[in-house]
Amino acid sequence: MLTCSDLRKGTKLMIDGEPHVIVQFDFTKPGKGQALYKCKLRNMITGALFDRTYRSGESFEPAALEERDMQYLYQDETGYVFMDQKNYEQTTLNDEALGDQKYFLVDNMEVKILMFGERGIGITLPNFVNLRVTMAEPWVKGDTAAGNNKPATVETGYTLQVPSFVEEGTLIQIDTRTGEYVTRVKE
Amino acid sequence: MQGNWALAKKRTRLEQRARIVQTIRSFFVARDFLEVETPHRVPGNAPEAHIDAVQSEGWFLHTSPELCMKRLLAAGYPRLFQLCRCWRAAERGTRHLPEFAMLEWYVTGCDYHILMEQCEHLLDSLRPEGLLTYQGQKIDLQTPWERLTVADAFDRYGSRSLQQALAEDRFDEIISFEIEPRLGSHKPTFLIEYPSELAALARRHPQRPHVAERFELYIAGLELANAFSELTDPVEQRQRFIDEETLRRNAGKPPYPSPEIFLRELETMPEAAGIALGLDRLVMLLTDSAAIDEVVAFTPELL
Repeated sequence: MLTCSDLRKGTKLMIDGEPHVIVQFDFTKPGKGQALYKCKLRNMITGALFDRTYRSGESFEPAALEERDMQYLYQDETGYVFMDQKNYEQTTLNDEALGDQKYFLVDNMEVKILMFGERGIGITLPNFVNLRVTMAEPWVKGDTAAGNNKPATVETGYTLQVPSFVEEGTLIQIDTRTGEYVTRVKE
Repeated sequence: MQGNWALAKKRTRLEQRARIVQTIRSFFVARDFLEVETPHRVPGNAPEAHIDAVQSEGWFLHTSPELCMKRLLAAGYPRLFQLCRCWRAAERGTRHLPEFAMLEWYVTGCDYHILMEQCEHLLDSLRPEGLLTYQGQKIDLQTPWERLTVADAFDRYGSRSLQQALAEDRFDEIISFEIEPRLGSHKPTFLIEYPSELAALARRHPQRPHVAERFELYIAGLELANAFSELTDPVEQRQRFIDEETLRRNAGKPPYPSPEIFLRELETMPEAAGIALGLDRLVMLLTDSAAIDEVVAFTPELL
């Protein structure tokens, strides 16, 4: 069983026999009061979103989900297609199941697909992905202050904050868990 | 080699934070407060049902310097302040860090009303223009600020009365989700007169003993400070400690030794008022930062 201290963004729980994932999480505690855990949960089968607040002392059943190693093949009108390299079984994830993670998918990427029975319902990406910047304002020479930032768009259409020296064409590393810039990749 | 960008991009906030800390120090020194440092590692904290300490080789990291500060008051120091780090186990959210910075100050010979005025003056020295904007909310800092009783806040903003909320054990939820977000939205609000059972170290109101002389300061929905007229009756304080410690032990928490030295010295403590203000949250407010992560160099996740 899980306790409130296990709750965070990404924690998967069984509620009424169906797997749910916490998509937004905040801990709050009024002065001298008890801890409250405010969660936005997504039903991983239906996609339905709802809010629920838990109090310290409650316990939860972890969602028993099998993870299978798969490779990303391609996107078609049904969604994103993955294949199990061992038995060549394919599974398709829709847009909703992927969320923002679709921006970090690269052809042939090896991922873990979360299975509920025979159905793929979620994905775990490698922690880091390298993507090329397709749109960014040019670097103003002389702007060398460490810590200055600007928006940039990468090849998958994802937009994020990057340091000012990153330009169009630069290959950058992104942390897929936070969606944030990590470093410039040497080529 | 590039530096760590996640750290580098916090430079502006960290510079603002350093200036805020300097202004706070000057504010209290100019008013004849003595800055003190008390141990971070202690045999036990003041027992409170919902505050958990981090254990450290049989002792605990302090959750607040309160007991040591009051022992100094009892020894005759009239005005004290401390800027220190405190630890509260498993508190992590957009407004919580398990290790955070606290500003506490204490004044003898007066009750909690003087602390409200000092909060007003402190903000005035930090923001002389008398205005600030936090996450789109424009706040007028001109004094006096709003004083609102807890009971009135429930009537004004809550889905039920204070008495109903207490009876249903939903006080914390109503405060957190219905009331807090609307407090201090145009002017700062002092939420005053807490039910006495919710104030383990506060003095009861002399005329209305069902409420305690405790207040919390809210600005733009941010809970910034908790203050009270200190309880100086050692007999009542001992009983409240026993009650809170029983709640802690029943919840399976590691026992604190009874703070006997504190209780003994409390007999000589003069009338006093004390306040604990979350420094990180004050910096959030003054720098318009949405999350506490933005105003500290390192969160636990970056270590």
